[in-house]
This record gives sequence, C-alpha cells and structure tokens, in this order.
Amino acid sequence: MIELPTLESLNVVVTLPALALVLGAIVLLLVDVFLPERRRWITGWLALIGVLVSLGITLLTTDRTGEAFGGMFVADSFTAFLNVVVLITAAVGILIAMDYLRRTDMNRSEYYFLLLFSTGGMMFMGAANDLIVIFVALELLSIPLYVMSGFRRPETRSEESALKYFLLGAFSSGFLVYGIALIYGATGSTHLPAVWAAVSAIVEGGSSAVYLVLLGAGLIVVALGFKVAAVPFHMWTPDVYEGAPTPVTAFMSVGAKAGGFAALLRVLVIGLPSLIVAEQTAAAWVDALALIAALTMILGNFAAIMQTNLKRMLAYSSIAHAGYILMAVAAAGHPAVANQGVQAALMYLLTYAFTNLGAFGIIIAVERNDGSGVSLDDLRGFSRQRPWLALLMAFFMLSLTGIPLTAGFVGKWYVFWASINAGQVVLAVIGVLTSVVGAFYYVRVIVRMFLEEGSADLAQPRLPRTLRAGLIVAGLGTLIFGVLPFLAADMTTGIQIALAALGGG
Amino acid sequence: MQPTVFVPTDLYVMLSAVLFVMGVLGVLIRRNAILVFMSVELMLNAGNLALVAFARQWGLANGQVFVFFVMTVAAAEVAVGLALIVAIFRTKRSIDIDDLHEMKG
Amino acid sequence: MNLNEWAFVGIFLAIAGILPAVPILLGWLLGPRKPNPIKTDTYECGIETVGDTWVQFKVQYYIFALVFVIFDVEMLFLFPWAVAYQRLDLFAFVAMTIFILLLTIDLFILWRKGALEWT
Repeated sequence: MIELPTLESLNVVVTLPALALVLGAIVLLLVDVFLPERRRWITGWLALIGVLVSLGITLLTTDRTGEAFGGMFVADSFTAFLNVVVLITAAVGILIAMDYLRRTDMNRSEYYFLLLFSTGGMMFMGAANDLIVIFVALELLSIPLYVMSGFRRPETRSEESALKYFLLGAFSSGFLVYGIALIYGATGSTHLPAVWAAVSAIVEGGSSAVYLVLLGAGLIVVALGFKVAAVPFHMWTPDVYEGAPTPVTAFMSVGAKAGGFAALLRVLVIGLPSLIVAEQTAAAWVDALALIAALTMILGNFAAIMQTNLKRMLAYSSIAHAGYILMAVAAAGHPAVANQGVQAALMYLLTYAFTNLGAFGIIIAVERNDGSGVSLDDLRGFSRQRPWLALLMAFFMLSLTGIPLTAGFVGKWYVFWASINAGQVVLAVIGVLTSVVGAFYYVRVIVRMFLEEGSADLAQPRLPRTLRAGLIVAGLGTLIFGVLPFLAADMTTGIQIALAALGGG
Repeated sequence: MQPTVFVPTDLYVMLSAVLFVMGVLGVLIRRNAILVFMSVELMLNAGNLALVAFARQWGLANGQVFVFFVMTVAAAEVAVGLALIVAIFRTKRSIDIDDLHEMKG
Repeated sequence: MNLNEWAFVGIFLAIAGILPAVPILLGWLLGPRKPNPIKTDTYECGIETVGDTWVQFKVQYYIFALVFVIFDVEMLFLFPWAVAYQRLDLFAFVAMTIFILLLTIDLFILWRKGALEWT
C-alpha cells in the first residue's frame, strides 16, 4: 500500500485563507460567464468581496498554526502576516483599478480573476514549506502578471512590457528549477526542514556536496533576484513598470515583491541557514546578499534621479526599496538576529505596500486616458488644482524617503536596526547615505507640485469614489503605522520562522 | 552482453549542465523572441533531467513528481508566452527583441 | 564492456547510411534526364499549387492549439494515478475527481467564452 495522507494530516483549516481566495476566483469565473454584458461591473465588486472574506478568515485564524498537505504547506505567524500584506495590496489594487479600467476602455473582467489568482500565488508562497510549492506558487504569481501587463492591448508599449516581463520571468524560472534540482541532488529532499537537516549534516561532515548546495542556492537567489528586481537582475523593471497599465504596476510593484521576498526568506532562513562554510559564523549566502543589497540601493537611487517619467522614477525607487529589504534578509542570515531580520523585512513590506500603492494611486488620478500625463513636469502647479491630492502625494513621497511620523520611517528603522545588530555596519551606512540621495528625487516631486507654476490639466474633474477609497486606505495605513509604530511592533514581535520552530540551532 | 549498463549520475548531471548553459547562452545571444523562449524551455528541461537523474540516485520518487509539475507549469507558460508573441507580432510585424525599444531611459 | 560491442554499432551505422544512399546514387548515375515542364512541376497529387505559402491561418487554429496543449499536458497527472490505481484508496479517487472537476470548469468557461466556435 502506498502511504497516503489522512484527512487529519491535510489540516485543511490552516489553508482556508488561501483556499477561500482561490475558490472565490473560480466561482467568480463561473459567475462572470453568466452575467449579461451590462452587469459586468459586478465582477470587480465580487472580487473585492472575495479578497475581504479571505482577509477576514486570515484574521480569525491567526492562532491556527501548523502544517498541512503532508507538510508542504505551513501556516505560522509569518504566513498570516504576509497574507495580510498581500490581501490589503489586492484590495487596494482592485479599488484603484475599477474606474481606471472603465475610462481607458479596458474594462474586461479578466483583470479581476488574474489579480485574484496572482494574489493566491503570493499567499501560497508565504506558506510554502517545500521547494515544489515555491516553484508552483511563483508561477501562479507570475503568469497572471505577464498577461496583466499586456492588458492595454493593442498599445505597443503595454505589449512590449508584457513580452519583456514574460521572457525575463521565464528565464528566471529556468534558474529556479535548476537551482532546486541541484539542492535536491545534494540533500535528497525538497521539503525545507529536511533540506535544513541534510545541509547541516553535509556541512558538519565536510562533504563535497556542499558545493552543489552553494551552486543551487546561488541559482535560486538569482531567480528570486529577478522577481524582486535586485541589481544586477533589475533590467526589466523600468520598462515593464512604465509600459504596464498603472494599476497593474501598482499591484505588481508591491505584490510580486512580497511574494519574492517571502520565497527568499523561506528558502534561505528555513532551508539553508546552516550553510556555513570556511569557519564563518553566518550562513554563506549572507555576504552575497549584502553585496547585492548595497548595489541595489546605490543603483536604484542614483538612476531614479535621472528619470522624468513618474512611473519610471517609481520603478527605480522600487528597485532601491528592494535593496533595503535585502539588507534585512542578509541580516537574517546571522543566527542571533534571524528573527529580527525576518521581522524587519516583513515590516518594511507592510509599510512599503501602503505607501507605494498610494503613490501609484495618485498617478492613476492624474493620468490621461491614453496613458500620458505621467511625467514629472505634468505635476507643475498641481497643488493649486488639487490641494488635497497634492498633500497626500507629498505625504507618500515623504514616507518613501523615510521621514519620521510616516510608515516609511518605521520600516527603515527596523531594517537598519536589524542590520546593525547583525554587525553589518557598512551596509547600514550605505543604506542611510542612499536614503539621503533618495530624498533628492522624492522631494523634487513635492517641489514641482507646490513651488512651481503651471497648469496640470487633469483628465477627470472629480475623483472617482473607488479611487478615493483606495487612496484613503493607503493614506491611513501610512499614517497609522507612522505615528503609532508600537502597533506594528506588537504585530511583528511574535513572528518567527527561524530554527527555533524546528527545535534545532 | 551485460543485461544493464549503469550510467553514473554524474554523467546525467554533466549533460544537464551542458544543456542548461546552452539554454542560458541561447537566451542571451538569440534575438528572435521564439528562439529565446525555446532556449528557456531548454533550461527548464535541463533542470528536469537533473531532477530525474538525482531522483534515481536517491531512489526516491519526489524528484520525478517535481518534473511533472515543471512540465505542466511550462505548458501554461507556453500558452501565455505564445499568445503574447503573436499579439506583439500583429501590432509590430516583428518579434525581434531588439525592436522592443518604445521605452528608454 | 569490450570494443566489439561498439564495433557492431559502428557497422550498423555504416550500413544504415549506405543502404539508402546507393539506390539514389545509382538512379542519378544511370537514369536518363529529359526534363519538361510537367515533369519539373511540384508534385502535389496532380493539383497545381495556388498562391503563396505565407498565408494567414484562421486564428481559431491557434486558440485550439493552445487549449489542446494545456489540457493535454494536464493529463500527465492522470498517468501515475492510473498506474497506481489498484493500490490507492478513496482519498486519491476524491483528489483526482476534484482535479478533473477543475478541468471541466475550465472547459465549460472556454465553451461559454466562445473559444470552441469555429466561425
């Protein structure tokens, strides 16, 4: 008899948030084909309800932890936190897209299914406890995003962006599969805790299989580096972010990053923390990640200065922010600060989600129907026409810079603190210096809006209600986590995905 | 003749490494989107070969199960990728990736 | 493993190359050559070819092909399940039923969206 899982070992309850979302997406697909054309607007609202139901289940089941599906799926506090980040991103992503899709004549209900499936991929990524799940979740996250970036068909820029994203995304999954194959070859398992045990044994035994693991880990870092847009794997980011429809850019700049970093943390901190070579105290991947983080922060911030297109500028800014999160991931490679590094990365993802979604929301408000009107010069004199929107944009820009009393500051605080505790002082200094560089181009946006004369002719006389709701959520999130940082601290303190959970190290 | 010839796992892994490098070079050198995509498939199949070889070495089935997932996901990728390539061919009449230069900066 | 085993392969390859080459070569050497327009025409079952080979295909072929690729490859999961079926219990049956149900929903949606229409 082949060994089969029992119903108890499936432990369906802990998978409910992700399952509910994916089931919701399937039901939505079925409902949509029966809706008459003039009722299609319901689809977006149904998708939003699906996301909120999943969010509700997540919040109700935070104390239900454990493994499911034979250990391939694990629900812990890390999963729950990431689910919240991703679901908020999805909800805001739907809200800011509704009116935009209608006025640019892209109102196809596929947008909402694709968004839901991609969100499902991110949630599975946060819960992955097996390299197979990481691969499948990464593809479930990515494939809908490829289609969504080409949504403004047959506009050439959108199609180009989709093809570029697709080719480089597929390229990176090639690296991922081969890296996983090598790690499987060295350890004989794809189950992350088993990989951890096998790697520990390999390192202690001094076996030459350690080179196989090193190479495999390197390939996986390359693959996930593509996904989170880390230098030197960032080339696609500006073009894709610029060409994709703005709500899609907003969603993927936050969601794909959250998913990519979740996978990175799962693989490196659960699977390979004991990959210690050459008498070091930290895992072998720490130095590589620290170098990538430094390059990413420097290049992202300096290249952003040169940009005149807002979407392109935010693309380079998102590269820079990936660098700050990588700093936290690198810190998590030191056994003593593993949990702190993970918490810092999660905290940064949460604050970045609110702030970046808000900034893109404002771009959606000023963008014209043909996709133009998003250059930096189009913001001249914006504060005269829309004082409130301009203030909100200024707030988001300050948060991206990391000024105190904004959420961005809290995120940066956590990341720098973890980095210093891990002894990466040089990296922290680079982080602070590049933040100052970043302030230059973020503040330039504020100067354009408030201090320069001009008449930004706006596409719409009134702000649509859904967009306003999305902006309010993003603004409130940025504000609340900025002025009440202990709220965030309470949320993250319990989080640990590191070795303690395994009873080792 | 011997009934079975045991090919050591190393040889399979070396072959898969050669295929993988060919795929990577193909992606970097080729300019036709279809050929780039075929090179990506070569990379994925190099991974598959390595997985199957290692699965045989370990005497476990999980590596082969993974290959199934890689193959099915690759099929979904093919569908999306070819659709995108056809869409871009219809608007630009070209699938040369050097022609993808609407955006610069 | 000695060399003789491999020599057999070499001889086989040589014969496999020579066998088809000889008749073609002989025909080329010995046959008379008197071309006329009818003889040099493309052999297409007697029907003359019309127009260019670079014609646009109906886009439906393409959609069919894509749908076929996906459904065909998903069937991959059925094979190991079917092979081991005798040794599986109800759980595996239910799991596969859910999987096929999902595929059926896909097919249903394709049908409703008109992807299976031929016009």
